[in-house]
Amino acid sequence: MIQTFPKGGIHPAEDKFAAGIPIRVLPLPKTVNIPVSQHIGAPSEPLVAKGDKVKTGQLIAKSNGFVSTNIHSSVTGTVTKVDKMMDSSGYKRMAISIDAEEDQWEEGIDTSKTLNRKISATGDEIIRKILDAGIVGLGGATFPSHIKLSVPRGKKAEVLIINGVECEPCLTSDHRLMLEKGEELMVGIQLLMKALNVKRALIGIENNKPDAIRHLSSLASDYEGTEVKTLQIKYPQGAEKQLVKALIKREVPSGKLPIDVGTVVHNIGTAFAVYEAVQKNKPLIERVITVTGKKIESPSNFMVRIGTLVSDLVEAAGGLPDDTGKIINGGPMMGKALKTADVPVTKGTSGILIVPSDESRRKPVLNCVRCAKCVSICPMGLEPYLLQAATEFKKWDLVENERALDCMECGSCSYICPSGRPLLDYIRLGKSTVSKIIRSRKQ
Amino acid sequence: MSDIVINSIITVSAMGTAAAVILFLVARKFNVVEDPRIDQVEEELPAANCGGCGLPGCRAFAEALVRADDISDLKCPVSSSEAMSRIAVILGKEIAEQDPLVAVVRCAGTPDQRSKTSIYDGALSCTIESSLYTGESDCPYGCLGLGECVEVCRFDAIFMNPETMLPEVIDDLCTACNACVVACPRDIIELRKKNKKDRKIFVACINQEKGGVARKSCKVACIGCGKCLKACKFEAITLENNLAYIDPVKCRLCRKCPPECPTNAIPEINFPERKAAAEAS
Repeated sequence: MIQTFPKGGIHPAEDKFAAGIPIRVLPLPKTVNIPVSQHIGAPSEPLVAKGDKVKTGQLIAKSNGFVSTNIHSSVTGTVTKVDKMMDSSGYKRMAISIDAEEDQWEEGIDTSKTLNRKISATGDEIIRKILDAGIVGLGGATFPSHIKLSVPRGKKAEVLIINGVECEPCLTSDHRLMLEKGEELMVGIQLLMKALNVKRALIGIENNKPDAIRHLSSLASDYEGTEVKTLQIKYPQGAEKQLVKALIKREVPSGKLPIDVGTVVHNIGTAFAVYEAVQKNKPLIERVITVTGKKIESPSNFMVRIGTLVSDLVEAAGGLPDDTGKIINGGPMMGKALKTADVPVTKGTSGILIVPSDESRRKPVLNCVRCAKCVSICPMGLEPYLLQAATEFKKWDLVENERALDCMECGSCSYICPSGRPLLDYIRLGKSTVSKIIRSRKQ
Repeated sequence: MSDIVINSIITVSAMGTAAAVILFLVARKFNVVEDPRIDQVEEELPAANCGGCGLPGCRAFAEALVRADDISDLKCPVSSSEAMSRIAVILGKEIAEQDPLVAVVRCAGTPDQRSKTSIYDGALSCTIESSLYTGESDCPYGCLGLGECVEVCRFDAIFMNPETMLPEVIDDLCTACNACVVACPRDIIELRKKNKKDRKIFVACINQEKGGVARKSCKVACIGCGKCLKACKFEAITLENNLAYIDPVKCRLCRKCPPECPTNAIPEINFPERKAAAEAS
């Protein structure tokens, strides 16, 4: 039976041009800029200084606080700078710049391609290794994975959910990973199940990826408790709460996490990274990134070292087309436009999208016509038009009471609005202001 | 017939008396004694309710003035010093002399000086644009030009100049209520001492990048060269994070620093024309 979440949702054009193109390993970049804050939480603390020699996979910044994680060098070479460098927003943030010379891996890392099915680590060891390897949620939220796996006392995980939805248009990196690294993924899922101490895992995949569903279903039959579920195509099904609702019919209450209803959600990319970290001892230094766009010469899926510049990636996909309006870091729905292509990709980059100029501008903003389309498609059951107006007129108590903090910024409201109103822009501002107010109230 | 009349009169009078007693007791019980000076002080306040004092409205400020023993910390940016001294007389308290202040926009990056490198077509709010990225120019410190400061001004003292795309303060209307300073997400606006004839000398830039980077993003950026520092005889200028700052209290408006600045980042406003320049022209 094809499942989905009941409330709201939209159907943007899929445009998955790179779905049939196998993952290519991007040649080693000449230089990488590795930001020390690639995850949600405290920035990591740099351990290297200018002039230091580092090897691929060497720890260069360590976890700094509970919600934080480790960062490793993705190349072998010399550290040229530990300073503030431009990140994808154009602002300068702390980063480590390394000139790559060769590719010599840190000792103890298994770089062979052989599949290692035998799980010897205990649950705690798995969680420890995930922290050591610096794994974060690779779906885009970049929340440190080891925290999600450490179930708080008094709560119990019953089922593991693996997110293979990839509902964001254009992106195909998870799709390719499922097709090409299916066996490794399955072992990764077993590791996550062991760490969580659950007997059941559900892999949710939308039915626009029938090949991935077939492939993983046949593999899953060899593993006890693992099951592939087909989901109806609907955005934003890849959002945690929507996926939980679609797969196990439980609603995560406002302000709570999936663990409160007995489940933990991890992305396909994360499961693969967990396999590599635990079975191969390999830290998270590379990930699959889709480079796509309507006018780009060859849409591709690359295995990219973290810290590679976006311009290198675009070059490898045939270069920037003449008619380029926007370069987006991420997908068309949730991604952010880049100011320049000379910024590094991070652990959370799932795709680079090149938008032609005729599609890159927003519609002119008109008045709200009270059509309530935003209300009917909001997957969280919010009233975006109201949140927008309340934020614009600084009615922060109304913003808070209308549950702005439940908004996950999927952008469906801005997408559907016939008047082209910047709903999400305002709701984001409302969210950040309200959370500031709540924090000051606690003090 | 007369019975009915008499009974009605007696009943109504009894009810009236009972109600009067109750009202009297309730009024005694819930009587709020209010200092009559609060009203007097409020009369003197500007009734702008701008919140510049940090309290919700002029009434609250009047109450605070009456309540406090030492009122030197309480300042109304809108009131003139005469009004404040009248209030001090009413309350019989000492009041500190305060210099009048005026808001100053510390960015001079007009479109000619600071070229656009991207197009922003999101929500028309400086705070939102600032949270998304560095803005249309390459300067991550400069004015975004969407006029959030204009929106919050209660005195119509600030407006967007359509030519420079920068906000401009009308000194006579500005009350230094601080609203625009708080509203600007980039902290570009500063309250500075009001000088005679509204003369002003200040560093119209807050870019903390190193010289080359700052210059590349904007032609009139402060590059932190320190030339103004050497020119100043009153030690009014400090240089921190590649950025010069002129202390408004120490500055004597001697006009030595503006010509020194290689990027013209120090404007001199409302001064008579310089003699040398006047002769040359």
